[in-house]
Amino acid sequence: MGDLVWIFFSSMVVNNFTLMLFLGLCPFLGVSGKIDTALRMGAANTFVLVMTSLAVWVLNSFILTYTPYLRLIAFIIVIASLVQIVEMVIKKLSPALFRALGIYLPLITTNCAILALAIFQTNRNYTLAEGLVFAVGSGAGLSLALVLMASIRESIELADVPAVAKGTALVLFIAGGLSLAFMGFAGLLSSS
Amino acid sequence: MNDGDATRVTAEVPAPAQEPAEVSASRLLATLGLGGAVAGVLLVIAFGVTLPKIEANRAHARHLAVQEVLKAPERYDTLYLVNGALTKKVPDGTDPKKLEQVYLGYGANGRPVGFAVVAAEPGFQDTIRLIFGYDLKTKQLLGMKVLESKETPGLGDKIEKDPAFVAQFAGAEAPLVGVKKGKRAKPTEVDMITGATISSRTVIRTINNALVRLGPALDAYQAEK
Amino acid sequence: MPELSCHASMMTTSKGTSPRQDLTKGFWRENPVLIHLLGLCPTLAVTNSVANSIVMGIATFFVLVSSSLFVSTVRRWVPNEIRIATYILIIATFVTVAEFALQALVPDIYKALGPFVALIVVNCIILGRQEAFAGKNPAGRSVLDAVGMGGGFMIALLIMGSVREVLGSGTFLGVSLFGPRYEPWVIFVLPPGGFFTLAFVLLTIAWWKERQAARVKAAEPHGLAAAERAA
Repeated sequence: MGDLVWIFFSSMVVNNFTLMLFLGLCPFLGVSGKIDTALRMGAANTFVLVMTSLAVWVLNSFILTYTPYLRLIAFIIVIASLVQIVEMVIKKLSPALFRALGIYLPLITTNCAILALAIFQTNRNYTLAEGLVFAVGSGAGLSLALVLMASIRESIELADVPAVAKGTALVLFIAGGLSLAFMGFAGLLSSS
Repeated sequence: MNDGDATRVTAEVPAPAQEPAEVSASRLLATLGLGGAVAGVLLVIAFGVTLPKIEANRAHARHLAVQEVLKAPERYDTLYLVNGALTKKVPDGTDPKKLEQVYLGYGANGRPVGFAVVAAEPGFQDTIRLIFGYDLKTKQLLGMKVLESKETPGLGDKIEKDPAFVAQFAGAEAPLVGVKKGKRAKPTEVDMITGATISSRTVIRTINNALVRLGPALDAYQAEK
Repeated sequence: MPELSCHASMMTTSKGTSPRQDLTKGFWRENPVLIHLLGLCPTLAVTNSVANSIVMGIATFFVLVSSSLFVSTVRRWVPNEIRIATYILIIATFVTVAEFALQALVPDIYKALGPFVALIVVNCIILGRQEAFAGKNPAGRSVLDAVGMGGGFMIALLIMGSVREVLGSGTFLGVSLFGPRYEPWVIFVLPPGGFFTLAFVLLTIAWWKERQAARVKAAEPHGLAAAERAA
């Protein structure tokens, strides 16, 4: 059980996917302008992460033991299909949500965080439970980073920023600051 | 995805013949299937060509690590942990890669030198994996080598980069106790790295825990000899 | 926001560019990383040393050129409905080949690069170029385009890698530059350093562009005034 707790907090803050491992930067730099959108994007990503973890566990346990060289192709196909399915489900269940998320959904396919989760889970030989906790933790971490960035960006919208630093450079400086802050989480659950 | 070629400003409605004819589902599947088959063949070839080298690399790296922590034994046996006991023979039907491996080194005179054990535990930043050599008779470590670590560069990574820290494990007695740098007085004590207490403690804890866990199996195997 | 999706590469569909332009535009003017802000994940993650940057650059270059060559060769036979799936299949195949090659040839660097070699599959630069160029142009020009973009990616990685390794470790390609007494600016090889370095690089580019624009503007009034006087 302690292992699961460690995995959760490690993936959420200590080794945060976005701020420490540089995964999922496209949505982070592009979608983090408003807290509302950030939350939704985070939730959508978390959902896809959990589904992916499940699918990857099934693949690794039963199929890929025979054909390890097809691993990457299998993963990316599964991820693309999952995102497609999620898109269809959201469209059916909540057209309003679909309109709000709209263009961001296909972006989840090329979100390197999803594929990275598949790879980490495989390399670390996580069990089903460990994989799911890992997915929830990293999704929470992604959402956390997105929301933090969005809050800051909303606040500085009216700030006087030098023209050369406007845009992505500014977001990257903020990200660097957040990353620096998150480094403080290292050693959080050390049992020493 | 139109090309914007509609520059023909004619009064008539441009003929919708620009649309490609409906492609049949079987054609789509056939193309994808063919693509998949070609990809599969390419990958099987690449896998086959590189697999020997990759396995050789891995074995070589493991070999070097074992040599280092057992202080260059004449040879060593690979033992597998099966149902809590160590054995040289892998039971039929089990994949040896899935079993935990322990290495037993022998000196030039044919006598066992010590066991090399691989262990891993969460450290400061992420999991630290290491290998250490252990002489059962004297209860002393022969050496320690960090295999994988993502500790902080300049601080925690000293567990692998600081030669003094690594060297003190040779001759240290289990169970290990960490002490402040410079205060090492007994063979069971290990100087920790200033500013990297948690990384140092993890190394110590990893070794202690591994010995507690594998101790009975090691004793049992040694007793058989 | 649209700038950061793979579709951004489509803005550079080159109608009417010469083959030479196809090649050179990727190096600087339309550098995929520094101008189009694509492929940022590996740019930040693997640039804490120059050696890692070079290997990553080569791997991505190989995948990009091979994929573009393949895609442009088979483009006529791939039905439109499944073109993205086909591109991804082709890219994933070459990435897997690259993974095996790196594992066999440079296992230590491969370990340092971690998951990022496999992540080349979702590098927007590659998928973007297939969609924007290789899927619609003959093989020769597609390869030129790919070489240009791959080269541009390598250039960006080298800039980042050099700054981060020199400042963060005091070495270049492992060779110590400042001697043992130099206390390196460790932050630069850590995650925050990656963000800060890229921010500074983008800032420098923006500043340089502004100066260029100002210079062009400064040259104008004379031309206008002269034209007015002549009128």
